[in-house]
Amino acid sequence: MKSFFALSMFLAVMVLSGCSNLTVLDPKGPVAEQQANLILFSIGFMLFIVLVVFVLFTLILVKYRERKSGPEYEPPHIEGNVFLEIVWTVIPVIILIVLAVPTVQTIFALEEAPEATSHKDPIVIHATSVDWKWVFSYPEENIETVNYLHIPEDHPILFKLASADSMGSFWIPSLGGQEYTMSGMMTELYLQADEIGEYRGRNANFTGEGFTEQVFTVTAESQEDYDEWVEEAQDAPKLTQEKYNELMLKGHTEEQTFSETHLQWVDHGMDAEYATKVRNGESTDEDESSEMDHSEMDHSEMNHDDSEKDSEEHSH
Amino acid sequence: MKLDEFFVTGDPLIYGADVSIALTMIGAIFVLTYFKKWKWLWTEWLTTVDHKKLGVMYIIAAVLMLFRGGVDALLMRAQLTVPDSSFLDANHYNEIFTTHGTIMIIFMAMPFLIGLINVVVPLQIGARDVAYPFLNAVSFWTFFMGAMLFNISFVIGGSPSAGWTSYVPLAGLELSPGVGQNYYLLGLQIAGIGTLLTGINFLVTILKMRVPSMKLMQMPMFTWSSLITMVIIIFAFPVLTVALALMTFDRLFGSHFFTMMDGGMPMLWANLFWIWGHPEVYIVILPAFGMFSEIISTFARKTLFGYKAMVYSMVVIAGLSFLVWVHHFFTMGAGGAVNSFFSITTMLIAVPTGVKIFNWLFTLYKGRIRFTTAMLWSLAFIPNFVIGGVTGVMLAMAAADYQYHNTYFLVAHFHYVLISGTVYACFAGLYFWYPKMFNHRLNERLGKWSFWIFVAGFNLCFFPMYFLGLAGMPRRIYTYGIGDGWMSLNVLATFGGVLMGIGFLILVYNIYYSFRYSPRETTGDPWDARTLEWSTPAPVPHYNFAHLPEAKGHDAFWIMKEEKKQGKAPEKKPYKPIHMPSYSGVPIIMSVFFFTAGFGMVFSWHWMSILGLVGVLATMVIRSFDYDKGFYVSVEEIEETEKKTTL
Repeated sequence: MKSFFALSMFLAVMVLSGCSNLTVLDPKGPVAEQQANLILFSIGFMLFIVLVVFVLFTLILVKYRERKSGPEYEPPHIEGNVFLEIVWTVIPVIILIVLAVPTVQTIFALEEAPEATSHKDPIVIHATSVDWKWVFSYPEENIETVNYLHIPEDHPILFKLASADSMGSFWIPSLGGQEYTMSGMMTELYLQADEIGEYRGRNANFTGEGFTEQVFTVTAESQEDYDEWVEEAQDAPKLTQEKYNELMLKGHTEEQTFSETHLQWVDHGMDAEYATKVRNGESTDEDESSEMDHSEMDHSEMNHDDSEKDSEEHSH
Repeated sequence: MKLDEFFVTGDPLIYGADVSIALTMIGAIFVLTYFKKWKWLWTEWLTTVDHKKLGVMYIIAAVLMLFRGGVDALLMRAQLTVPDSSFLDANHYNEIFTTHGTIMIIFMAMPFLIGLINVVVPLQIGARDVAYPFLNAVSFWTFFMGAMLFNISFVIGGSPSAGWTSYVPLAGLELSPGVGQNYYLLGLQIAGIGTLLTGINFLVTILKMRVPSMKLMQMPMFTWSSLITMVIIIFAFPVLTVALALMTFDRLFGSHFFTMMDGGMPMLWANLFWIWGHPEVYIVILPAFGMFSEIISTFARKTLFGYKAMVYSMVVIAGLSFLVWVHHFFTMGAGGAVNSFFSITTMLIAVPTGVKIFNWLFTLYKGRIRFTTAMLWSLAFIPNFVIGGVTGVMLAMAAADYQYHNTYFLVAHFHYVLISGTVYACFAGLYFWYPKMFNHRLNERLGKWSFWIFVAGFNLCFFPMYFLGLAGMPRRIYTYGIGDGWMSLNVLATFGGVLMGIGFLILVYNIYYSFRYSPRETTGDPWDARTLEWSTPAPVPHYNFAHLPEAKGHDAFWIMKEEKKQGKAPEKKPYKPIHMPSYSGVPIIMSVFFFTAGFGMVFSWHWMSILGLVGVLATMVIRSFDYDKGFYVSVEEIEETEKKTTL
């Protein structure tokens, strides 16, 4: 048993020294920071519990092993001890309450935009996972990118998440925790970058063959650089429905930039069938799409309204 | 369908598997024929309804599945050791982690535990068999055929590759068009029949077949844990059955329960899956808790500390296990109130579990601790499970879970609880009850080698994964880049995985070695243990008890031994004929028909599925008109047997 502990100590040292960049504990924005704080807070309590059990365990094993007590020793008959049992029921309950309070607070805090920048209107970005790529639409800026994001620093971003097909999970570990992207549903996630830099984002939920490479880059930059980038992007070639439908096919693609967004044809948060129809050859050109079913039509109409408001209505 | 679509082709690993499967089958057929063992195999084993033999067959099947799942695991570790490895391609890797997860949970952990329950529980409660011995055989054979159906997928038709959770839409027909996913659905469905029957069978057995003198609150802790497990099975498994059936309809008959098209609800699958799936976790952990309780109490030479608290804590865990399923998808965006509720219910499970940990510690306190191999596995469980448990609490904190979810942090957590809980318990139980099953002990020296190597390997393999998770490595990726910085920890993990493999091989060698060289048992009580199964002689007669034993407390056999020491010898009563059930070939034949029906459905060969189902029905009819009410063991035979056995 002693060597067992020696081993665990050795392990801990090895692991801690071998791993200096724990992305999750090195937050670059307020969301990730709240989560990292919660994690560190809980680790403290957990280490305490582990320590108590390990010490008790070692002491008891050392003291009451047969080699020490001798084969004649006959253990007493002890059925239990009500007081002790109450102690080790109540103390964990207290620890759990101490952990549950900040957990619930953080859960609700993460539903809202970060507090420090609450005076700024969040930038809305629709993030859509398609096997096996990421499509980002900036409805207000009227641009669309594939597999990369630009965001200004110190500015809340409201991601509206949906999937064109299999369920993915939108995750930028440096900026905050993940959330699922689902077809026919829309979920919302606030993130924010406090530091300029390049961060890696990816799909964290298994989506089949191309899942591993379903990644994107996030460039957090100053407001001026961001504005400049938006202007440049607005000069990019227009997104046509034909082009967009190509993106609906399974596969990988390089980074791409378009002016205009796909939201004029489809909102994957409302329409679970679009990508499948494209793949089955049911709506490959625009003429056909105008004859498509009512839900399609409703969409394009709704998009003329304030798109933020309308997605608010059908968000999860 | 062309032949090269039927057989999986093109991968040297698969060809290797083909060859080894063929050689093993030829070898088995040759050995059985050469030693003229076919009849023996049929009459003694394949048609048996004896719970002890069924238990042994469960365990053999589980060890085989542990080997298969372990090979899968080592292939994954081989692939992930270095960045940008091209050992496996993405599809192959996806198949391997899918079969690894499914096999380890459904076809390894559960049958291993159910096998030990089969062997031990009737003996612990002083019963001569289970309540429904025929049904017990049906349970085993449907499990076995389900497992075989699932396992042949990798050489015939292709393995499932949508993960053991099989989330739709990915597992739906549009995104997973092959037959692999059908194997998953049908294999689990057929095996699930067996599990549900086991649940009913053992619930009734434990409630109705105990010796009359044993009160509920005097049952051994392993029996208690089994009872509670059976209740969970009865409530949880029907959900899986329905969910699997719905997805089968989607895939085979074009319904739209979980599809993206035509208003299906993919998220409904995730909910149904985990409403079964979370209780399932406790189905594989509670019997483990029960075993550790028995073993720790035996080798500390003390009665279990806080017996009642141990029972109640399991009841609470079982109840809570149905109230936490959403924690598997906190990231679905269900909203603050929902996530808060499920965070708290999940955390609450830590309380009864913590109570159990401290009760085990205080069972050891003032004991006389013997470090046998069975005890070592049980002791190693405590610190390792605590690590798994506290990280479980961390995962329960939804706001933090958004960062742990789908990462190696989660992978590390559930391997810490499942391996140090369930697998350690299976090994501990195997060493502990081995003399009951095979009339000789496993070698202790080899046992300890295997223990230390496996436990060291386990910690080396999975502890680094917590840090890989925090470093942002998601689960289920088939490779990563050098720039990710995950290599050193992955190398460590692979090294640990190899050690675990070596530990397992030593265990298997130990089974062979002990069969050859271990001295045969002379008493039925090699460990000086405390519960009724140890009051049976060696070898255990097929009717278990010549006289039904008497239970005067929850360490019934210990009390009997104490009374004997004080000179209170039990009076010798005359033997009476014992009623026992007859063996039957119907369960295995019925299960072969289940297999046939399942195989037909996998490939949508409807003539074959109809043939299979008609066969199942026919065997049921045959069983209904079977008036064989069993037989009586004569007094002479009992006298003869009891003379031969020793006590």
